[in-house]
Amino acid sequence: MSKIYYTEDHEWLNVDGDTAIVGISTYAAGQLGDVVFVELPEVGKTVKKGEDIAVVESVKSASEIYAPVSGEITAVNEALEDAPETVNEDAQGAGWFFKMTISDAAELSGLMDEAAYGEFTRE
Amino acid sequence: MRYLPLNENDRAAMLARIGVSSIDDLFADIPAKARLDGLIEGLPTHASEMAVERHFTDLSRQSLSAGDAPFFCGGGAYRHHVPASVDHLIQRSEFLTAYTPYQPEIAQGTLQTLFEFQTQVAQLTGMDVANASLYDGSTATAEAVHMAARITRRRKCVLAPGLHPHYAQTVQTAVQGETMDMHVMTPAMGADADVMGALDDQTACIVVQNPNVFGELVDLEPLAKAAHAVGTLLIAVTTEVVSLGLVKSPGEMGADIVAAEGQSIGNGLSFGGPYVGLLACRDDRKFIRQAPGRFAGETVDEAGKRGYVLTLSTREQHIRREKATSNICTNSGLCTLAFSIHLALLGEVGLRKLAALNHARACQLADRLDALDGVEVLNQSFFNEFAVRVSGNASQIIEDMAKAGVLGGIPAARLFGAGYFDDVLMIAVTETNRDEDFDALVVALREAL
Amino acid sequence: MAMNSTGRPTAPTGDVPCAEDLKTFSGSRGLMQQEPLLHEVGAPEKCGVDLPDVPEHTARLGGLERDETIGLPGFSEPEAMRHYVRLSQRNYAIDLGLYPLGSCTMKHNPRLNEKLARLPGFADVHPLQPQSTVQGALGLMAELSDWLVAITGMDAVALSPKAGAHGEWCGMMCIRAAIEERGELQTRRRVLVPQSAHGTNPATAAACGFEIDELPADDTGRVDMEILRAKIGPDVAAIMLTNPNTGGLFERDIREIADLVHEAGGYFYCDGANLNAIMGKTRVRDLGVDAMHINLHKTFSTPHGGGGPGAGPVVLSKRLSNYAPLPYLVRDGDGWALIEEAAQSDAKPFGRLSVFHGQMGMFVRALAYMMSHGADGLRQVSEDAVLNANYLLARLSEEMSPAFDGVCMHEALFDDAFLKDTGVTTLDFAKAMIDEGYHPMTMYFPLIVHGAMLIEPTETESKESLDRFADSLLLLAKMAKSGDTTRFTAAPTLAPLRRLDETRAARTPILRWKATDA
Repeated sequence: MSKIYYTEDHEWLNVDGDTAIVGISTYAAGQLGDVVFVELPEVGKTVKKGEDIAVVESVKSASEIYAPVSGEITAVNEALEDAPETVNEDAQGAGWFFKMTISDAAELSGLMDEAAYGEFTRE
Repeated sequence: MRYLPLNENDRAAMLARIGVSSIDDLFADIPAKARLDGLIEGLPTHASEMAVERHFTDLSRQSLSAGDAPFFCGGGAYRHHVPASVDHLIQRSEFLTAYTPYQPEIAQGTLQTLFEFQTQVAQLTGMDVANASLYDGSTATAEAVHMAARITRRRKCVLAPGLHPHYAQTVQTAVQGETMDMHVMTPAMGADADVMGALDDQTACIVVQNPNVFGELVDLEPLAKAAHAVGTLLIAVTTEVVSLGLVKSPGEMGADIVAAEGQSIGNGLSFGGPYVGLLACRDDRKFIRQAPGRFAGETVDEAGKRGYVLTLSTREQHIRREKATSNICTNSGLCTLAFSIHLALLGEVGLRKLAALNHARACQLADRLDALDGVEVLNQSFFNEFAVRVSGNASQIIEDMAKAGVLGGIPAARLFGAGYFDDVLMIAVTETNRDEDFDALVVALREAL
Repeated sequence: MAMNSTGRPTAPTGDVPCAEDLKTFSGSRGLMQQEPLLHEVGAPEKCGVDLPDVPEHTARLGGLERDETIGLPGFSEPEAMRHYVRLSQRNYAIDLGLYPLGSCTMKHNPRLNEKLARLPGFADVHPLQPQSTVQGALGLMAELSDWLVAITGMDAVALSPKAGAHGEWCGMMCIRAAIEERGELQTRRRVLVPQSAHGTNPATAAACGFEIDELPADDTGRVDMEILRAKIGPDVAAIMLTNPNTGGLFERDIREIADLVHEAGGYFYCDGANLNAIMGKTRVRDLGVDAMHINLHKTFSTPHGGGGPGAGPVVLSKRLSNYAPLPYLVRDGDGWALIEEAAQSDAKPFGRLSVFHGQMGMFVRALAYMMSHGADGLRQVSEDAVLNANYLLARLSEEMSPAFDGVCMHEALFDDAFLKDTGVTTLDFAKAMIDEGYHPMTMYFPLIVHGAMLIEPTETESKESLDRFADSLLLLAKMAKSGDTTRFTAAPTLAPLRRLDETRAARTPILRWKATDA
C-alpha cells in the first residue's frame, strides 16, 4: 500500500515500503512554466536528505531538486531526457524523476500529506 | 564637450524637474570623507579630436608594424590578409553598437550571424556543434578542460608536450580554484604521442595541439582511440585555423572537444587581442549541457516565421549564478562576425586555396633556410610554421634582425622561458609574405648568425 | 511641344490597403529585405577573394591532408555585402535610438576611437615581436594604466583580463593568493555576495573555490547592515559588492562595510560595472576597495559589438598588487618591458589569464575616450549620467512605480506594481516598447524587486530624446492601466519578427544549419 508525501521544496514521494518514487508536484510544474530539461542523478548514488541531486530547468530558470530522504538512487526516468514536457503534462505520474531506497523511515515524519501540502501551497 | 548633448539650460531645467537644487544633491550618498571636490589629480583636461589623434599617431609610429617589415611571427597569432569589406561590414552601426541579443525580435541580425558562425566553426573543425565563441583560444582551452572534467566526473588532465606553453599556463591558472590533477608534460618536439603513456581510467581529458606549438602536425587518431578506450576525452587545440583548409579536421580524427584560436580568419594581430575563441563538440546532450558560453538556436516566432534566439541559457551565470558552467558573460561578438564574413568570402574554394598557399610558401622558405650554413629545419611535418635550430642564441639573433628591420620570427625561449630551446627559432609564413621578404630574411639571418 | 513621355502620378492617391495587411510575394517588405541563411544563399564554388596560384612545392603534411569536403558556402564580394547589410538591418543599435538597458551602459561609441584602434602601431603589431619594436604599443598600455590608477586612486592595475567577468576572476584570484600566502585558504571559505549582485559575482567566487553566502537587501535596496554584522567573521574571505549597486543606488555604508570586512581579515572586491556613475566624484580607494574590475566597454565606451569583445582591467590596492598575473608591464630605462615569466618576476603573480597581454584594441579606444573627455569631462560624464537617470525617474514616476524612494545614481529601477491587476506583465510592457521604436530596459533584474525594470539612459542622451522616451512610456503605462491589453500581449507586432518560441529552442536545440534541413 503506497502513500504520497510532499516536501516544502515541492517534491512528491510515492512511498511503498522502503522505496520511493520521486518527482515534482503538479503545482510546482505549473509554477515553473515550460520544462525544457531535467538533469537526473546517477543510478547507484547514495544521497543524504537535503542534498541537491537533480536540476529541473525551464527556459529562464534552473531549480535544484533535493533528496527528500536519505537513501540510494535505484532508477531514473530516462524518458525525460527526450521528452521534458512530460513533467508539465503529468508531473505526478509519467513525469517522475527517480526511484530510491529509504534508509531511515523516520525522516518521512517531517513530510506533508496531500491535505497539508494543499494548505501549504494555498499560502 | 563633443560627446555630451546636455547644455547648462537643460541641466538647470532637469534639476528643477527632479526637485533638487544642485547636481551634488544627487551624489549626497557618497560619504563626505570620500568625495572629490576638485578634478581628478594628475590628469589633463579635455582634448580635441585633432589633438587626440595626433597623440595616438605619434605613439603608433613608435612601433614597427608588421606591414612595414618582412614579418615571420606566429606562435598563436598569424598575419593574414583580411579583405577590406570585412572591416567595413563590422563597422556598420547595427553590428558595432548593438548589445548582446537579449531581445531577439530586434536582434535577428546578430543572432542569425551567430548561428551561421556556429555552423561554419562546426564544419571547419569537423565537429557537430559549436558555441557562439569565447575570449580567445587559450581561455577556450581552459574552458574545454573544465567541461571535460564535468562530463567525465574525473579530475585528471594531461597536457601534451606540444601544447603552447602559455596555453598550458592559462589552463593551470584556471583550475587553481578546484581540485584538478594536472599533468603537464615536458615540452618536446615529436613527442605528442607520449600522452598515451599518461592515460588511465581516472583521466578526464588529454589536451593535444595540432599543428603543435613547434608547427608539427600530429595524427590525433591513435590518441583518440587510446583515450576513448579508458573513457577519456580528447581535447584538440588549434591556434592556426587556416590549417583546417588543408589538414584533416580534429573531428575526423576523433576529437571530442575542439578549442581553437580563430584570430587567423577575419581578425588582425592587434598586439594580442581582441581575438576569438572557438569551442566545438559532439552533438551529445551531456556535452552541450556542460559547454560554456552562449549558443544561438533556431526556432519560430508566433506567426511561424523562422528566427533565432540565445538558448540553453540556464547554464549561464545570470541564471545559474554560483552553479553556472562558467562565469563568462561576454563572447567575442564582433570578432566572430569578422571571422564569419571573411570565411564566407573565402568559401570552400578560397579557404582550401589559402591554406595550400600558406603551406607551399612555408615549404619554399623552409627549403631556402635549410640550405643555409648554421640553420637546420627541425620539423618533419608542418603547416605554415616550423622550428629551426640556429648556431647561436635565437633571442639575440631575433633582436639583431629586428635592428636590421626584419621581424624574423619568435625565439622559442620567449615561449618556454630562458634556458629552454635557446637555439631554436619559430618561423611562420603566410600568403602575405613575398619573395622579397624571403630574401630579406635570408640576408638578415646570415648577418645575425 | 513634343510629347515623348507619358505623365505619371506624382502624389499619393490615398487609396491604399493598410500596411500590416499587405502580404508581399518576395517576402521582403520595402526596406526590410528577406535574407536566408548564409548556407542557403552561398555556394561552395563561389569565392570573394583573389589569391595567387599555389607554387610548386613538396608537401610536408605528414600524411594528414584533409580530403573530405568541408561544406563551406562562399560569396562574391557584392553578394557578401548584401547578405550582411540586410542582416544588419534587423538589429537595434545605439546609433539608431535610445538603448536604456540598465547595468549595460549603452552609451555613444565615438568613431575617432575606431579610427585610432586601426593605426598600424596598435592593430598591426604581433604580441611576441621583440619588445624593442613595440614601444609605442607598450607605451599606450602604460598610459592607460596611469589613467585608470588616477581615476580610482588605486596602486596597480592588471590589464590582461578580457572582459568584466574575467576581471572579477582575476581580482578574486589575487585575493585568494593573498589569503593562501597568509596560510588561511583552508579556513577563509566564505564570500559574501548581495542578492542583488550580477550573476557573475557568485559564479566567479565559486570558480575560485569559495563558498557563497548571500546578503539580503534592506528596505532601501542596500546591504542590510544588521545581517552583514551578523555574518562577518574570521572565515570570510571577501565581500563582493557592486557600487553603485544594481538597483542604481549608492551604498551609503560602504566605508563601514569596508572597515567591517577588513577588521575581520577579509578583502573588499568591488564590481566596477557601474563606475560610470561615480568617476571624478569619488575614488574607489577612498571607499576602502581592495580590488575592482573596470568594464572598458561600459565606462569608457568601447563598442559592445553584439556581445563583445570587452575588456576588464583590474585595479588593485597595495596589499594585492604583488599577486597581479603575468604578463605585466614595468619601466625599462626610457621605455617599457613586459614581464612574461614567473622566473623574471620579483613579485608573486598568481598565474596567467590568457596567452597574450590583453585586449589592445579596447585599450586604444578606452584611452582615446578618456583623453577626449579629460578630468573635467569624465566628471561631467558621471554627473550627466546621474542627472539623466534621475530626470527619467522623476518623469516616469508619474505613472510607473519606482522600486525605492529617493534619488538614484546612473540608473532608475521600477517594479511592476503599476501593472498590478492590469493583465500586463513586465515582459509585455517591454515588448510594447519595441513597437514604439525603443529597445526595452533590463527586465527581471535585479532579482530583489518584483518584475524589475531597470532603466539606464547614459549621459549621451539629449533632454529632447529623454522627453520623447518618457512621453511614450507614460502613454504606454496609462494605456496598460486603462485595460487595453492587446497592444501589450501581442507585442511586438511591428518588429521584423513576433515573439519567438524559446521553449521550442531549448527543448529541441537546433544549433547549426544542416544540409538535410534545406
